[in-house]
Amino acid sequence: MLAYLVKRVFQAIAVMFAISLIGFAIQDNLGDPLRALVGVSVSEEVRDQLRDELGLNDGFVTQYLRFLGNALHGDLGTSYFFKEPALDVILKKMPATLELVLGATLIIVGLSVPLGVYTAIKPKSILSGIIMGLSIVGISIPVFLTAILMIFVFAVNLGWFPSYGRGEVVHVFGSWDTNFASFDGLMHVLLPSVALASIMLPLFVRLIRAEMMEVLQSEYVKFAKAKGLRPMRIYFVHALKNTLLPVITVGGVQIGTMVAYTILTETVFQWPGMGFMFLEAVNRVDTPLIVAYLIVVGFIFVVTNTIVDLIYGLVNPTVNLARMGA
Amino acid sequence: MSSFLRIAAVGAMSVMLGNAALAETTVRVAYDADPVSLDPHEQLSGGTLQLSHMAFDPLVRWTQDLQFEPRLATSWEQIDDTTVRFHLRDGVKFHSGNMLTTADVKWTFDRLKSSPDFKGIFEPFTALDVIDSLTFDLKTSAAYPLVLHTATYLFPMDSKFYTGTTADGKDKAELVKHGDSFASRNLSGTGPYVVTEREQGVRMVFERFDGYWDTASKGNVDKIILTPIKEDPTRVAALLSGDVDFIAPVPPTDLKRVDEAEGTALVTMPGTRIITLQLNQNRVEAFKDARVRLAIDYAVNNAGIVDRIMRGFGTVAGQASPAGYLGYDAALAPRFDLDKAKALMAEAGYADGFSITMMAPNNRYVNDDKIAQAVTSMLSKINIKVDLQTMPKAQYWPKFDERAADIMMIGWHSDTEDSANFHQFLTACPDSETGNGQYNSGNYCNPEADALMAASNVETDPAKRGAMLKQLETILYNEAAFVPLHWQNLAWGARKGVHAEGIVNAMNFPYFGDLVVD
Repeated sequence: MLAYLVKRVFQAIAVMFAISLIGFAIQDNLGDPLRALVGVSVSEEVRDQLRDELGLNDGFVTQYLRFLGNALHGDLGTSYFFKEPALDVILKKMPATLELVLGATLIIVGLSVPLGVYTAIKPKSILSGIIMGLSIVGISIPVFLTAILMIFVFAVNLGWFPSYGRGEVVHVFGSWDTNFASFDGLMHVLLPSVALASIMLPLFVRLIRAEMMEVLQSEYVKFAKAKGLRPMRIYFVHALKNTLLPVITVGGVQIGTMVAYTILTETVFQWPGMGFMFLEAVNRVDTPLIVAYLIVVGFIFVVTNTIVDLIYGLVNPTVNLARMGA
Repeated sequence: MSSFLRIAAVGAMSVMLGNAALAETTVRVAYDADPVSLDPHEQLSGGTLQLSHMAFDPLVRWTQDLQFEPRLATSWEQIDDTTVRFHLRDGVKFHSGNMLTTADVKWTFDRLKSSPDFKGIFEPFTALDVIDSLTFDLKTSAAYPLVLHTATYLFPMDSKFYTGTTADGKDKAELVKHGDSFASRNLSGTGPYVVTEREQGVRMVFERFDGYWDTASKGNVDKIILTPIKEDPTRVAALLSGDVDFIAPVPPTDLKRVDEAEGTALVTMPGTRIITLQLNQNRVEAFKDARVRLAIDYAVNNAGIVDRIMRGFGTVAGQASPAGYLGYDAALAPRFDLDKAKALMAEAGYADGFSITMMAPNNRYVNDDKIAQAVTSMLSKINIKVDLQTMPKAQYWPKFDERAADIMMIGWHSDTEDSANFHQFLTACPDSETGNGQYNSGNYCNPEADALMAASNVETDPAKRGAMLKQLETILYNEAAFVPLHWQNLAWGARKGVHAEGIVNAMNFPYFGDLVVD
């Protein structure tokens, strides 16, 4: 277990190092940050002087080594736009994103299990047909389109929900303000969460359904039926537990992917999280912030995958963690 | 339901606070971006000027019909060729409680001269001499016709407030482009609103300054909450659903919607930003021939672009200066005549056409990529084959600096609201010494035109100056120095009862201090 975790820490460092190198290598192609910093009529001479002050005229290796040296001290650079350390900016924006991901996860977990199980048990019912049909629609429509459609239907036409932003948030501690403690906050978080969940939910419904149908064909389920166990106990205790392994694997990867999908959802809903911040940073050529974001997201991926592996061990004791991740 | 709760909460509050709370008027504003800094000298951009007009006051400002209106300067007179004397308004208070004097104006002027973004505009000015606490002289190196134009950029800052050192030993006056400075986070101006809360990129709260000098203003808004909403559909949806009261800009696709929706009103105005195409003579031999440039001008149906792509939301241009500018000449009409274009191509010996490259941004100007595509197909009719590449502005500007394509698109707004500025940056002979022609990717160069510009810059008689600038525009028109497309219009959307029409202007910095809400 300990050996496994140590291995994982080294992996995480290797991943973040690779990401920082790639992030740095592409930053020259993102555009000229000076253009975003100064007005149009500023002369090239003045811009070059500022570029010098920022150290942007140095060679790639010099710049990268300087970045690495600072990064070892926990300094990932200073955002041009926010004028604060990039890591601070990201950490400030992170709670908003995590709350959005949490909202979407609650929806996905809360709906995918009953829907998946139901469509597996009653594959021929009309309701199953409707659920599967809707899931195709959900997978096919891009997140930003779903989001815009929802805004126009539920915010503009019906007026049930607010159209953008986080609304009245309740302060918890540090930079964490929560949407889950007030009515207004919940109203604001609902539409973006549904939009974000709209891609993943169908995927999980289908996954649980497929796995469940396979398990229902197995000998031990037939035996349990023959033994006269209550159907609910068979479905939810014996069968469901054995469908969960692949679901957890996919789920772990998908939660990481969901962080990426927040870029679109947050942009459409003007949700002040780090996905929205990232897209803005790209538009403004705020390279320190872009590189820091990529590193942080890479870190989140590694962490979620590690947690998934740990849960794996809990669900299936035959999995030997010490051998994994080699 | 949520609005019910909000009303209930406000109701409960007003019971506690009495009638005062009932009278509070809040306007929620959504722009596409928020100001980058609280420091008015950090970046010369629309966002900065919008903030400046809310939290500061200029010496003079533009009216809707491009006349000068006294603000902190009550009057001014030309003393000699190079000196204009200004008289400062008496009894003006800063947010900090300090009184405005000429010392603040001088302090601000000196700071502007050190700002990379603003020093260009203040280049012709040599000094600001303080005569007494309410009188000062602005000196220029030579006779200068744009003294008042430039005075619209002078928003006096509270010199006492910005003097001294911060807790961590930094100079409060420090002007930093990329970094944390006192002025980028703290503000004391004379303006109608005090900044009370700011989370960059998320929200900004302004409250009416109770010591504001302009008591004659009919403005009755107590609080403004500014939220940047980057996405066009979301911004429009926020207005339509009643989540915000005032938005800018309104994208062309939603103009009709905002106009016709119940409860919202659309305010539009012809803008002053010209969208142009530049034909690079250093890259393409044929572009050195004025007939070829004219042929392209004749082949591009700019009225069609305004009609179809801009949905009428632009003003077709035949020159750089919009109506209202000294150099505007109604005789320089937009051109479109395909037969003439073909004839000119044949005359120049290019009847069979040629192949060229073109670049345009895809997120800088309204519908920029669609316009570029339309131009591509229009030029194919005179056998010019265009290889078009469009890209986000972040990538486009470095390409533009490299002059990386034969035709490049550029839009320009004159910082001084003056005709000579267009020529100086877009069509003057490129000269890295003077900075002229900095954005002249066409490399058009005509000494006669440059001489006219130079002469106009020291001519203080508006009539003579206007004649010079018109002549300059005529030369550019006759030689097709560039291809003018249109001036982008401006649009604001507001909830009914928010009288946006009274505070907007062609520069797109609404005077929120004067906003009246029913």
